[in-house]
Amino acid sequence: MAIRTDEIEGYFRREYGRCVATLVRFLGDIDIAEEAVQEAFAVAVDRWPVTGLPPNPGAWITTTARNRAIDQLRREASRHDRHAQAALLYGQEDPAEEVGPVRDDRLRLIFTCCHPALARPAQVALTLRLLGGLETPQIARAFLVPEATLAQRIVRAKKKIKAAGIPYRVPGDAELPDRLAAVLAVVYLVFNEGHTATDGDDLVRLNLCDEAIRLARVLAGLMPDEPEVLGLLALLLLTYSRTPARTAPGHPLVLLPDQDRSLWDRALIDEGQALVRRCLRRNQRGPYQIQAAIAAVHSAAPAAAQTDWRQILVLYDQLMACAPTAVVALNRAVALAEVEGPQAGLAAIDGLDLGSYHPLHVARADMLRRLGRTAEAALAYDAALALTANAAERTFLYRRRRELPGRP
Amino acid sequence: MKQYLLAVHMVEGEEPQSEDETQQAYKDVDALNAQIQAEGAWVFAGGLHPPATATVVRVRDDEVLTIDGPFAEAKEQLGGFWVIRAADLDEALAWAAKATRACRAPVEVRPFQDDAEG
Repeated sequence: MAIRTDEIEGYFRREYGRCVATLVRFLGDIDIAEEAVQEAFAVAVDRWPVTGLPPNPGAWITTTARNRAIDQLRREASRHDRHAQAALLYGQEDPAEEVGPVRDDRLRLIFTCCHPALARPAQVALTLRLLGGLETPQIARAFLVPEATLAQRIVRAKKKIKAAGIPYRVPGDAELPDRLAAVLAVVYLVFNEGHTATDGDDLVRLNLCDEAIRLARVLAGLMPDEPEVLGLLALLLLTYSRTPARTAPGHPLVLLPDQDRSLWDRALIDEGQALVRRCLRRNQRGPYQIQAAIAAVHSAAPAAAQTDWRQILVLYDQLMACAPTAVVALNRAVALAEVEGPQAGLAAIDGLDLGSYHPLHVARADMLRRLGRTAEAALAYDAALALTANAAERTFLYRRRRELPGRP
Repeated sequence: MKQYLLAVHMVEGEEPQSEDETQQAYKDVDALNAQIQAEGAWVFAGGLHPPATATVVRVRDDEVLTIDGPFAEAKEQLGGFWVIRAADLDEALAWAAKATRACRAPVEVRPFQDDAEG
C-alpha cells in the first residue's frame, strides 16, 4: 500500500500540536520538542512508503520524536550540559503516566502560548505555529506580515517562555476565567482576520477561518465543560456557514439581509445551533455564547424579513450587560431600528463615541436612507468610505451611495 | 527555583501622593516584605534615593570617568526593587501584583540569567 508524501504531511499537520505538546512536557523545551518532531517527520517520509502507515501514526510520531530527542540529549549530556541532563531525567518518565485532570498536553501548550506575559501578536503566531503546525511563511502570508518579522516574533516569544519561566500548565480555577479569555480571544482574532480578508485573489493564502475552527474544536474537545469555549465554536461555525453567500458575481460583499440563504452551509448551522442549545441548558451566559445565540437566531430565519429581531434585541441587551462596548451598543442600535424603526436606531447611534469606526457610518447611512434623509445618508456613506481601505467594502459603499434616490 | 527582579518604576513629574498615602505605602511595603520572607521567597530588597543622587562611572580610553548621574535622562527611573525566588513566572507575577499595589508604582518583572540552586 503506497503512501504519498503529501499524505504523510497531512498526518503530521494533524498530529503536530499533540506531539509537540507531549514532547514539551517531557523534554521541558519547546525548540528541542519541535526539532524532534521534524526529525520524526523526515524518518516517516523515508520509512512509511516502504513499511506502510503505522497503526497509530500519532503515537508513532511521538515515540520516534521522543527517542530521537533522547539520543540527541545523551550526546549533548556527554558534553556535560546540565540542562540536557535535566531534560534527560524528565525524558525517562513514562509519558502515559500522567496525574491530574488534564490528559491532553495541548491544553497546557495553548495556555503557555496565550500567556498574558506575551503580546497578542506573539500569542497568535505561537499558537498557529505550535498547535496548528503551520510553517512560519504560511502564517506570515496569512497575516500579511514580512516573513522575517513573524519569524522574529516567534523566536523572541520562545526565548521569553524559556528565560522568564512561563509555566507549562493549565491555570488553576482562580486564574482560569481570565486566562481562558485570552485563549478564546486569540482564536477569535485568527478567525476574524480570515473572515474580513476574503479577497480570493491570493489563492495560496491560508484559510485562517478553517484554522480557527480547527483550534476551537480542539478546545471544545479538551474543555467540554466550559460554556464559553462551546459558545466560541458555535459562533465561528454559524458565522462561517454564511461564507458561500457573502460574495456573488459582481458583488464582492453581500450583507446579511441580501444574502441568498439557500447558499448557507446547513451542516455548519445545525452543528452551531446544537451547540447554542447546549449552552442555553447550562445557563452560564458569557459574551461568546450570546453572540452565538444571536447568530443562531439569524440562521433560523428562512428569509431576512422573517428574522426574530425582538429576540435579537433581547440578546443584545444581555450582551450589553456583560460586555458593554460601543461596538455592541452599535449592533444593538441596528437591532433596535428593526424593532422600533430607524428613528429609534438613529437616536441610539448618535449617542455613541465611535466616530472612526466605519460600520457606525454605514449603519447611520442606512437608517437615514430609510428615513428619506437622502442628503445626510450620502454624507454618512462618504464618512464610511473615508475610513475603509478594503476594496470589497468600498465597492459596496459606492454602490449603496449611488442607489440613493435622486443622487447622481 | 528561579530568581526574578521586581523593579519599581517611578515616573518623574507625576502628581506626588499625599503624606498619608505615602505613609500607608510604607506600611503596605513592610507588610509585603514580611510576607515574602515568611513564604521563603525573599532574596533582597531595597528602596533607592532619587536619581539626582546617582553617579555614573565608566571607562573610556582605559581611563575611569566619574560623571554626575543618572545614566539615562529618562522620565522613568528605578525607585527600588525586590529580588525574589519563584518557581515560575506566574508565581513571580503574583508577587509583582502585590508589590505594585503596595508601592503604588508600576513593577517590571525580569528573570535573572542563572537559575538559583535548590
